[in-house]
Order: sequence, then structure tokens, then C-alpha cells
Amino acid sequence: MTPIGWPCPLPGGASSEEYALAFDKGRQHRLLIVPALFDEANRMRRFTVEVMRRLDAAGIDSILPDLPGTNESLAVLETQSLGAWQAAMAAAASHFRATHVLAVRGGSLAVPDMLPGWLYAPAKGSSILRQMLRARTLAGKEAGREESREELTTLALSEGIELAGYRIGPQLFADLEEALATVRDDLSLIEQGTIGGAGLWLRAEPSESREQADALAALLAIGMQV
Amino acid sequence: MDNQTDQLLRRILTDVLGLKDGLADGFTADTGLFGHLPELDSMAVAGLLTEMEDRLDIVIEDDDIDGEMLETYGGLLAFAEAKRAES
Repeated sequence: MTPIGWPCPLPGGASSEEYALAFDKGRQHRLLIVPALFDEANRMRRFTVEVMRRLDAAGIDSILPDLPGTNESLAVLETQSLGAWQAAMAAAASHFRATHVLAVRGGSLAVPDMLPGWLYAPAKGSSILRQMLRARTLAGKEAGREESREELTTLALSEGIELAGYRIGPQLFADLEEALATVRDDLSLIEQGTIGGAGLWLRAEPSESREQADALAALLAIGMQV
Repeated sequence: MDNQTDQLLRRILTDVLGLKDGLADGFTADTGLFGHLPELDSMAVAGLLTEMEDRLDIVIEDDDIDGEMLETYGGLLAFAEAKRAES
């Protein structure tokens, strides 16, 4: 498992370097993983890497790139949009010659166009925002500050907003609010019921589950090698 | 129905807090939640409320939320039961 740089396109034709965590041994089957979004990315990261270790053992390469503005990325989160994230994932897919894609939770909203694959427990953009807005109103209440979800939404759409420690710009906020669930014939839905147990994104603290990682990796390995 | 709400709520807390199966069965009305469990911060409470909405089929408004309902298991259960009776 190594961190590898890859060129990510910027608006206007230039590019910047972004990082990806990769198990890359130049093998035939190559899975690009679009990570979960915001705080869910933290809660799902260890699980995601555990799935990658299992795929590696099964002879499958996997690549987990950063979405620009998140994780190790030096790009500014506030200027990102779903379109920019999708373009970034498409660039990573072609740079790493991915053959398949797995999107985790909200990552399904930034899945690149050209690859077949899977959406694991996809989350709607509006649900992700609703939860982060709620966390902010709760924290505000504790601090003796009354903020309504409506006020915060208006603010977010005009000036951007900080939610759960993430500075989300008006464009990304609007994109997430309007994003419809990704539905494509070449992307299969993996529901949590198929994996078993409760989704790890629900956990208050990041956690892991050997059984769930086994189940997801087995499903992917079978799907990629037929 | 009340018994069912109780069971569902214990299940949700088990999933959110990552408790061992059966541990939530020992929760009493006085078991402390928000402010007593360090992992239950505002982000986790937001997740808990969203999960309650989905699994109990209720809608929780910002105004519904106060410190008392989140402080103990009994408070949260009473809130969930009242919400389900409304809908």
C-alpha cells in the first residue's frame, strides 16, 4: 500500500498533484474507489482500506484517490463542485487505468462516467447536508446560539458555510442539495443488508468490521473476475 | 407499539455507539446519553436523530430538540414514543 501522486485537472487546463492510496502491482483488474464524503470519509476510511487489502490478496489492484479539497489534498475545498470532483475522479480513473469503480456512500455522487462497477450504500446529497446542518444547529444550541436550518441554508447558498469542520462553498452546497441519486445500468447497488450488520458510517467513532470487509471484498472480487 | 419503539431505539443506539449485542438491553430510563458518553458529540447526535427518523418513521424538527430529551435513555424513549403517536 503506497501513496501515489496523480495529475488532477484544474479549470483552465492546468493541473495540480493529488494523492491516492494504492495497491498497484500493474494487474489486470483495477478498481478505482471514490471515497465517502466529509465526516463519513473518516468513519469509512479504515473499512475502505481493509477492503483494499483483501482485494490485493485476491489479485486485484485498487486505488483510493483524494477528492480535491479533502484528506491530503492542498486544493481549496470551498471552490470545489460536484462537477469538479467527478472530473477529478475521471482523471484518476484514466491515469490509473481503472477497469471498475466502487463508490462509497456520498462518493456515488462523484462517480466517473465511463467505468462499470458498484455503489455501496449510496447517500443522497440532501441527506448528507441535512445531517451536517443538524450537527451545526445542535452545537449552536449547546453554545447558546440559535440557528435554524433555513437560515443556515440561505447563508450556505449565498456565502458558503462551515459544517462539521468543512468549509463548503455555495456551488458545492447547491450541487449536493440538488444531486439526484446516481442510477446507471452499469453500476450495481450494494445495500447494507447484503453486507450484513449495521453500516459503519452510523458509528459515533470510526470503527471497523472484519466480517463486513470480507463480505464487500468477496462481492467485488467475484464481480470483477467473471 | 411502545415496546416496539423501545426495541428499535435500543437497536439504533447499539448501531450508533457500536455496542456489543445485548448491552443496550441493560439501559434503564436513567442511563445517561448526551453529556455522559464522550463519543456522543453533536455530529453523532445528528446521526442518531437522522437514523431515528428513518427507522421510526418520524420527522424531527429543530425545535423538538432539547437537552432533556437527549440526556437520558428514558428521555429519548419518551420523545420517540410521543413522535410516533403523532404520526
